[in-house]
Amino acid sequence: MEGENKVILHGTWSSPYAKRVELALKLKGIPFLYVEEDLKNKSLLLLNYNPVHKKVPVLVHNGKPLAESLCIIEYIDETCNNSPQLLPKDPYERAQVRFWTIFIQQKLYETMLTVMKSAGEAQEKAIKELLEKLQVLEEGMKGFFPDGSPVISNQNMGILEIMICSLLGPYKLQEEVLGVKIIDPEKTPLLVSWLTAINELPLVKESAPPRDKTVALLKFVTENALKSSSA
Amino acid sequence: MEKSDLKVKVLGTWSSPFVMRARIALNMKSVNYEFLQERLWEGKSERLLKSNPVHKKVPVLIHGDKLICESLIIVEYIDEVWPSAPSILHSDPNERAIARFWAAYLDDKWFPSMRSIGFARGEDEKKAAIAEFEKGLVLLEKAFGNCRKGKPFFGGDQIGYLDIAFGCFLGWLRVTETTSGIKLLSEAKTPALINWAHRFCSDAAVKDVMPDTEKLAEFAKMIASKRRGEAPPKS
Repeated sequence: MEGENKVILHGTWSSPYAKRVELALKLKGIPFLYVEEDLKNKSLLLLNYNPVHKKVPVLVHNGKPLAESLCIIEYIDETCNNSPQLLPKDPYERAQVRFWTIFIQQKLYETMLTVMKSAGEAQEKAIKELLEKLQVLEEGMKGFFPDGSPVISNQNMGILEIMICSLLGPYKLQEEVLGVKIIDPEKTPLLVSWLTAINELPLVKESAPPRDKTVALLKFVTENALKSSSA
Repeated sequence: MEKSDLKVKVLGTWSSPFVMRARIALNMKSVNYEFLQERLWEGKSERLLKSNPVHKKVPVLIHGDKLICESLIIVEYIDEVWPSAPSILHSDPNERAIARFWAAYLDDKWFPSMRSIGFARGEDEKKAAIAEFEKGLVLLEKAFGNCRKGKPFFGGDQIGYLDIAFGCFLGWLRVTETTSGIKLLSEAKTPALINWAHRFCSDAAVKDVMPDTEKLAEFAKMIASKRRGEAPPKS
C-alpha cells in the first residue's frame, strides 16, 4: 500500500469474516486501527461505509471504504507487495485458489451454521452433509499439498489458509461445545494436518478470541437462532 | 507453446447468463473458442460431470488441458491470460474491489431475488418479490452513477467486469418483465440503466451471445412445463 497509509478495520470479535481481514492485514504486517462494532447498535460510520449490507467487515483505506471480506483480501494482496502472497501470481493457480475459496465460503459456511443451529435429526443430516463437503475439500487440497503434510508459515499462509482458519480453526472447541464430531481425522487427514499447522502459528494463536468468549458465543448460537450479522 | 495459443473451449448453454460471461470475455479478447453445448434439461453429460465434478455446472472453460469453473473466476482468468487490450478488470485496485463487491451482490442477492419473482405464488408474494427486486435495481442505478464517472459503461469507455457480470442477466430480466407484465427497468427509477442496457446489448462482444428474448421466454416455458412433469414439446 503506497503513500500515506491510514488503514481502519471495522469488525466484531465474533465475526469470522472480520477475522479473515484481520489475519490478512497482520500477515502482511500492515498497521491498522481496529474498531469494534456493536452489531445491535451499528455505528453511523459503518452504516455509511456499507449501506448495501450494513455488515462487518469494512476496511477503510485512506478514507475509502471497502466491504465484503473476499474483495477486501484481494485488495490487500493487490496493494501490498509484502510477503506472503495471499493469492498465487499464476492465472491458473489463482483460479484454483479462488475456486476453493468460494467453495469454502458458499458450501461450508452455510452447512456449518446449520450444524450449530440445529439439533437431533436435522443436525445429524447437516453433519453428514458437512462431512461430505469436507471430503470434497480434502480431495481438492491434495492438489495443493501433494505430499500430504502442509508446512504453513507466515511466509506462505494465503487466502485458503485464512478461509479454513476462520471457519474451522477452533474445530476442537466447536466439537467440544456442540458435543458432535465435525471433522473425521480418518476421512480427512490432510485437512486435520493443515488446520493443525495453521493453528500453530503464533499470529493465528494471538488473533484467536479467548476460549471462554468463543465457548460462550458457540453456546449462544446453538441456543438461539443467531441472525447472521456479518458479511 | 504459448499459454495463449492453446485450444480454448467453453462448455455451456446458450441460455445461461453465467456462460455468457465467459463468452463475452473471450470475445473481448478476440480469442477463438469452440462452444460445446450442453442440453442440461435432458440431464448432465459425462463430459460435464468430468469437467466440473465438484459443482456439475456450466460454464467450464477448457484451456488446453486446464479446466476452470465459476463464471467470474473464468472472466478474471481470461483477463489475466490474455492481458492485451481491452482490459476487463480495472487497473486501479480500489475500482476492482468495488466491481467485485457489486458482482458478489448480483450473484448472492440480486439474481436470486429476480428468480423469486418467477417462483412467487399468489399476487402478494409476487408483489413482495418485485418490490425487493426493484430495491436492488435502484441500488444498481446508483452504483452505475458512481462507477461510470460520466462514461457509457461501468468499466468506463468500454465494457468491463461489472458490465459483463450484470449485463448477462438482461435476457432473463426481459423475460421476467414479459411474464410478470411489469417494466422492471423503468424510465422513472432506472433511466441510466435503461440506456446502459441498450449500449451493452449492442456491444460487439455481446450481441451474438445475448439470447433473443422470445426464444428465451419459450425456453423458460419449456423448462417450467418439464418441472411440472408435462410431456416436453419439441425443443
